[in-house]
Amino acid sequence: MIRVTNLTKFYGKRLAVDDISFEVGKGEIVGFLGPNAAGKSTTMRLLTGYLLPSRGEIEVAGCDMIGNSLEGRRQIGYLPEIAPLYLDMTMRAYLLYVARLRGLERRKAKSRLDEVVAACMLEEYLESSLGKLSKGFRQRVGLAQAIIHDPPVLILDEPTVGIDPIQVAQTRRLIRELGKDRTILLSTHILPEVSTICERVVIINAGRIVAQDRIEHLSSVLNGVRRLRINVQGPPERVSERLKQTDGVQAVSYEKPFHIVAYPADQQPQAKIMEAMARDGWTLLAMESIELSLEDIFLQLTAGERGGK
Amino acid sequence: MKNVGVIAEKEITSYLATPMAYVVTAIFLGLSGTFFATYLLGTDYSDTSLRGFLGAGQILILLFAVLLTMRLIAEEKKLGTWELLLTAPITEAELVLGKFFASLAVLSGMLVLTFYYPLLLRVFGDPDWGPIVTGYLGLFLLGGACLAVGIFASTLSANQIVAAVAAGGLLFGLWFLGIAGDAVPGGLGALLAYLSLSSHFPDFMRGIVDTKAVLYYLSVTALFLYMAIRSIEMARWR
Repeated sequence: MIRVTNLTKFYGKRLAVDDISFEVGKGEIVGFLGPNAAGKSTTMRLLTGYLLPSRGEIEVAGCDMIGNSLEGRRQIGYLPEIAPLYLDMTMRAYLLYVARLRGLERRKAKSRLDEVVAACMLEEYLESSLGKLSKGFRQRVGLAQAIIHDPPVLILDEPTVGIDPIQVAQTRRLIRELGKDRTILLSTHILPEVSTICERVVIINAGRIVAQDRIEHLSSVLNGVRRLRINVQGPPERVSERLKQTDGVQAVSYEKPFHIVAYPADQQPQAKIMEAMARDGWTLLAMESIELSLEDIFLQLTAGERGGK
Repeated sequence: MKNVGVIAEKEITSYLATPMAYVVTAIFLGLSGTFFATYLLGTDYSDTSLRGFLGAGQILILLFAVLLTMRLIAEEKKLGTWELLLTAPITEAELVLGKFFASLAVLSGMLVLTFYYPLLLRVFGDPDWGPIVTGYLGLFLLGGACLAVGIFASTLSANQIVAAVAAGGLLFGLWFLGIAGDAVPGGLGALLAYLSLSSHFPDFMRGIVDTKAVLYYLSVTALFLYMAIRSIEMARWR
């Protein structure tokens, strides 16, 4: 349903999206993952026709999004990073306006309004001015406007950002529900979100795709390895050497002043590391395990490309 | 064309839902009424015409067109609703025209509210209707051109104030081309005078409808609406 080929976008001289290609099949829910400023929003803006690319091709629901994107835009429901709300309108007036903008007749717009408001659990606030709603509700109205014309493709830019945990759970459930008969591409920098909603992920960093795979495959890569951050008083290179020789340690890197030790999840090398350091008379100042952050995943995923640095 | 209507309807509704349009209209009526009345007083009621109103009205229209249009696109960019509009299945032209017709409707409403000036003249005197009708036509055409300039300026920034300053600069620049035209001799001077916003209005005040003048205002309107459309299209390539 979405096919991106060699997509490149420059803002002036700055390269925001660097020659990326990926596909999202019909009915799939794909997570678009990356740290801030990785190029997620730019890519989504290109997919929805808001921006035009410097190079490359985009096809959504069989429509070319570059030459003439009008037909394609009809097939897409888009929630930008900031929910695009007119804060002085009531929810009803706003959703009706969006429905009409997306080409629904007045009568059809009204019937869709009722359906969408029910699906997003917004009935209570239908007559409220959007400016008075909390961030979580604004985000839900943002979702409601994205689906008001019943599009087969949804593009959601960080749909759960800034809303409270209970509403996050509700919103995720809603997205899964919507995904039953739609193709969804959603961006996020929150890892658990991906595993609860998505079937597949595309990971982007600094404008390039660093991985794309099904969640199961990816999580085995990510969960198979644990890491420790160690601070040792001793000559860094010899410490590295010694750590590498320690039982159960898979890899060692040095990020001043820490040594980062990777080990398989089924091993417990901590005690052996302490012994080894003590044997050489080096003082162990700190040792802690590192939670997997997105940055770590990028480090792991891009480690091969960097030529073992 | 249906989309133009959808956008215009929304814009008119939001004009009427916010205090801006009312404040602008009130000030416009206050100022133009003062000029209307002081002219009558100044001629000791011997000239029952709209000259006072029309003379000041042409400058007021410039200012109020800026006030009516500065937020039209700049604010959408600031709110993030611009993304909604540019990813909806509507063309840039429909978007610009919808906004233009909405602002033109509000401006026309403001002009309609001044109809009581000629009505007063009719009640207390015997005005010459020719210059009154052509005067209003002139204000309407001039107003349309100024709104188009304002909408173009509003596409240039996400900041309303920047948009307003740009619009003001463009409009006053076009206005004072006339003065530059007087200073420059020969064909170039005549050309500058023709291109000036200020040179075509006096005819309308005298009751003359010159096709060249009508064409001039319509061309300025079309040119700046076209530039607004292009400006939006180009921003996608940014």
